[in-house]
Amino acid sequence: MLNISGLEEGIVLDHIPAGKSMDIYKHLGLGHLDCQVAIIKNARSAKMGRKDIIKIEGGLDTVDLNVLGFIEHKITVNIIRNGQIAEKKTLRLPKKITNIIRCKNPRCITSIEQELPHVFVLTDEEHKIYRCMYCEEKYGKKG
Amino acid sequence: MRHLISPLDFSVEELDRLMDLANDIEANPQKYAHVCDGRILATLFYEPSTRTRLSFESAMSRLGGKVIGFSSASASSAAKGESVADTIRMVSCYTDICAMRHPKEGAPLVASLKSSIPVINAGDGGHQHPTQTLTDLLTIRSLKGRLGDLTVGLCGDLKFGRTVHSLMNALVRYTGIRFVLISPHELRIPSYIRENVLAANHVPYTEVENLEEAMPELDILYMTRVQRERFFNEEEYIRMKDCYILDKAKMALGKEDMLVLHPLPRVNEIATEVDDDPRAVYFRQAKYGVYIRMALIMTLLEVSPC
Repeated sequence: MLNISGLEEGIVLDHIPAGKSMDIYKHLGLGHLDCQVAIIKNARSAKMGRKDIIKIEGGLDTVDLNVLGFIEHKITVNIIRNGQIAEKKTLRLPKKITNIIRCKNPRCITSIEQELPHVFVLTDEEHKIYRCMYCEEKYGKKG
Repeated sequence: MRHLISPLDFSVEELDRLMDLANDIEANPQKYAHVCDGRILATLFYEPSTRTRLSFESAMSRLGGKVIGFSSASASSAAKGESVADTIRMVSCYTDICAMRHPKEGAPLVASLKSSIPVINAGDGGHQHPTQTLTDLLTIRSLKGRLGDLTVGLCGDLKFGRTVHSLMNALVRYTGIRFVLISPHELRIPSYIRENVLAANHVPYTEVENLEEAMPELDILYMTRVQRERFFNEEEYIRMKDCYILDKAKMALGKEDMLVLHPLPRVNEIATEVDDDPRAVYFRQAKYGVYIRMALIMTLLEVSPC
């Protein structure tokens, strides 16, 4: 069993589907943080077979956890304080996501104006449908 | 400060007030001839348009204001690579209100986010065309006397036809509306209209390919042109362009008090022999377009007659 030292203060993202941790690392902008970040890939899991885990030291204020709700809502988010799990956060679909996904509509203004943020708005929570703020094109999630 | 980007930006009550104002302008044009003295409208047209641009110019002129602008992207700083956001910041310094048409969907929304003057969406790609919708609503309300309890047939290019999308968005807010969607399979309405507009508002609709079959039940027939500029593939355009041609024989199948609307320009989807039929109101519709744009400019500039 691989051992990664425990956190005093921070966030543990557990039950990440195996292979998805690097996507999450990228979307959360973890590469820009100064704190320690540990990525555990293909950890054994009774529930999932294999899973990924991300441990982030500190970072409570700098990580936008709402984005996780869009990327993979089944992830468990544990908030660690004084070395203990102080809180388990339930992920919700964010109302708006910015620069996480890109509009693929060739007729959208974002196709010619590269500096515009790609903003998607949750238009149907029940069916998890996001649409481009500019052209209303539906985001088609693959996989 | 308010903008008009989508037909839903105004509530039903606000639309009623706007249309009341338009009807008053129609009845008493002199009363409004100088309400915009000293004001300037910018017409930022990044793609060719004759009637929408002229309609805005006519509207502002009839209110006593002036108009500056451009009528194609090549004649603007967009040709030098300027962004919509930068253009509107510059135009905000020169004018009091602007009407923008752009081939890319969402461009007027981008402008409104950076603008310090009211922005009117004068058509963005195949997306929305709210001032055409206001024109259509005013035409129906003025000539039919109501905007509810109507069976509305929409015919032609329902996929790329932005006027159709905007009109549907607006009409679903009235009670007793039913749509008959008449188009070839390839040009059926896009999924977001089906989900967000029709299903979300529980509006009954049928989809058919045959115009003759639909004619007898319609209170309104809204014809559209199959637009060459919306197709990436010329062959597909040629295959679709003559799908529906409204002629005297088809008109004979319609109700006596049915109205035929068309956002214009038409190509050949309405035979000229239909023009003299009193139910053909598309040229009167163009006139209502000026009145409603006058009312809109006044409302967004917050001006009223002395």
